[in-house]
Amino acid sequence: MPNDRSRRGGNRGTLGKAMLNYILRRGIAMPFILLGIVTMAFLLTTVTKGDPLTAVVSEQQMNNPEIVAAARQRWGLDRPLPERYLIYVGNLLRGDMGTSFVTRRPVSTDLVARLPATFELVLAAMIIGSVVGILFGLLAAYYRDTAIDQVARLFSLFGSSVPIFWMGLALLFVFSVYFQVLPGLGRIDPRMSPPPVITGFMTIDTLLAGDMTAFRDALAHLVLPSFVLGWTVAGTISRLVRANMLEVMEREFILTARAKGAGEIRVVLRHAFRNILVPVLTVISYSFAYLITGAVLTESVFAWPGVGSYAVTAARSLDFPAIIGVTIVGGVMFLITNLLTDIAYVLANPRVRLN
Amino acid sequence: MTAPIAEADGVDALLRIRDLNVGFSGRNGTLPAVRGLDLHVSRGEVLGVVGESGSGKSLGMLASLGLQARNALVSGSVRFKGQELIGRPRRELRALRGAQISMIFQDPLSSLNPVMTVGDQIREALYLHNRQMTKQKATQRVLDLLRLVAIPQPQGRINQYPHEFSGGMRQRVMIAMAVANDPELLVADEPTTALDVTVQAQIMLMLRDLKDKLGLALVLITHDLGVVAGHADRVAVIYAGRVVEEAAVRELFADPRHPYTRGLIASIPKLTMSEDKLYSIPGAPPMLGALPGGCAFHPRCAYAQDVCRKVEPPTHRVGTHKSACHFAASLPAWNGGLGAAAPENGAND
Repeated sequence: MPNDRSRRGGNRGTLGKAMLNYILRRGIAMPFILLGIVTMAFLLTTVTKGDPLTAVVSEQQMNNPEIVAAARQRWGLDRPLPERYLIYVGNLLRGDMGTSFVTRRPVSTDLVARLPATFELVLAAMIIGSVVGILFGLLAAYYRDTAIDQVARLFSLFGSSVPIFWMGLALLFVFSVYFQVLPGLGRIDPRMSPPPVITGFMTIDTLLAGDMTAFRDALAHLVLPSFVLGWTVAGTISRLVRANMLEVMEREFILTARAKGAGEIRVVLRHAFRNILVPVLTVISYSFAYLITGAVLTESVFAWPGVGSYAVTAARSLDFPAIIGVTIVGGVMFLITNLLTDIAYVLANPRVRLN
Repeated sequence: MTAPIAEADGVDALLRIRDLNVGFSGRNGTLPAVRGLDLHVSRGEVLGVVGESGSGKSLGMLASLGLQARNALVSGSVRFKGQELIGRPRRELRALRGAQISMIFQDPLSSLNPVMTVGDQIREALYLHNRQMTKQKATQRVLDLLRLVAIPQPQGRINQYPHEFSGGMRQRVMIAMAVANDPELLVADEPTTALDVTVQAQIMLMLRDLKDKLGLALVLITHDLGVVAGHADRVAVIYAGRVVEEAAVRELFADPRHPYTRGLIASIPKLTMSEDKLYSIPGAPPMLGALPGGCAFHPRCAYAQDVCRKVEPPTHRVGTHKSACHFAASLPAWNGGLGAAAPENGAND
């Protein structure tokens, strides 16, 4: 009998097909969502009170109407809004995100130069944050109301409540200035010659160049900022893991597993933790997408040349093309991680259906 | 006449629980949930353990296998094939659980892991006690087990998840998992309570059938005297954490020697009775921290005397019964539970 229940696990082939179908449908929807993001970002720049010309024209020249008019024409700011919008979208389709008012370079070039730095930082932070957060969450839940639980909870509370700029500065002072065990600002020692850019990840590029001294230096530079950023993530994740584990560990199938003769590690990891993967994946992927544009403070404190610090400069100087560019990058990150998360849900939980 | 219980009682039994106590430490000292439980079950025997929810019947069995909550305090003696289980290292208990002693539980849906396939869950039971087993051999065994519990088309079912099974099928999966390693003792904790009536009968027949096929001893924990009457060889009735009466099933129903047992039997609805005549034992079981003095049942007992309020009755042997009642031997003749359970109108105490 064609049984609706047997459609999922019973036949893995149909699952693969359903998944492909789902990805295709999402893929078709994506450009439209992206267009929405672009439109919103574009319109938001027009409602700001400031005049972007201040970024282009110096203060003295602002009093010269001829220069102002010429600049307006040069940057297309004299045209009506709908026309500007259409021109922008048209350019965007060709991969042209406009030219930054500030750096005078194409925005896409700027972003390509800075994205890998942010990716490297955020990836390292997410690995630290996820591993530490999950571990502490599991320990806190398993040893609920004991000293282990208290320490783990204090650690996560600290991570998610202490401001990044304070923690960043404090750690810089302690490890870089006082004990001098870790380097300070930037991605690599300025006295070293940076490796040729291949992936844009300083750690990987130094490895590819075979320069172990540079690799160690790049890695050491990564430690503090990724730890600071990872700690905040670890706080969120460990609290989520703890709360969900406490609930799952009370469920009856945990008793079944123990009655089967399963050891405690197996009970916790294989039986309980697998059941809370969906919320954990959600928070990890959301944090990742958020940090791509949200690592601003960390990047500022550690002089990390990433997208976050680029966004801050752009916002301060009303650099419209750069602002919209960063917004699009953030939007795309969310779209991609959302899709990946949805796919991961299905793999993590057989009861999730793709629709 | 009454006689104290012999120390030697049940010494050759497969599982012998003596004076088992389980308590929970609370703000005002320890709250006793199981108080001096005495039970034994022999090979090939079906022991029915009957009691209301909260009577400690499940907890006693769980604690015997080291499956109690972490804050529970356990003392007493549990011997399985002559070996003491209480105080045994966790690793050794684990080797026993799921191999020689298995359990199945009340709600098969929540008892199965929702994110693991049924095949993987049964395979895990095999793997945990035989790490050398190859994957093909394990899969073959899983298919055999699914066939044993009459799951149609096991090849198609093995990769499905619990939510794709019906309630009765899930309980059969639990049973397959429980007997995977040919255990000697199967503890079934309310195995049919969460199931439809028609499915209940199937599951009970299957358990009986497996018991005979595999030579299991079966401990059947239930609140349903009907299930016990149909399937148990011997019955232990538990009230407030201790066994108040124990007898062979026929004798228990023919001539109950404890007022609580009489009340339970009288509360079984009968087809010939109209609804307004339904009997229920007056009052409610005692709360964990508020056990009455003397006999725990005396506030609800129609026969209670002064001695019942003061002295906790020891367990007496009356004929083939064991009964923890001061008046076990002198209770009036049993009329089969028709009408009232007690001489005076027990229903409106």
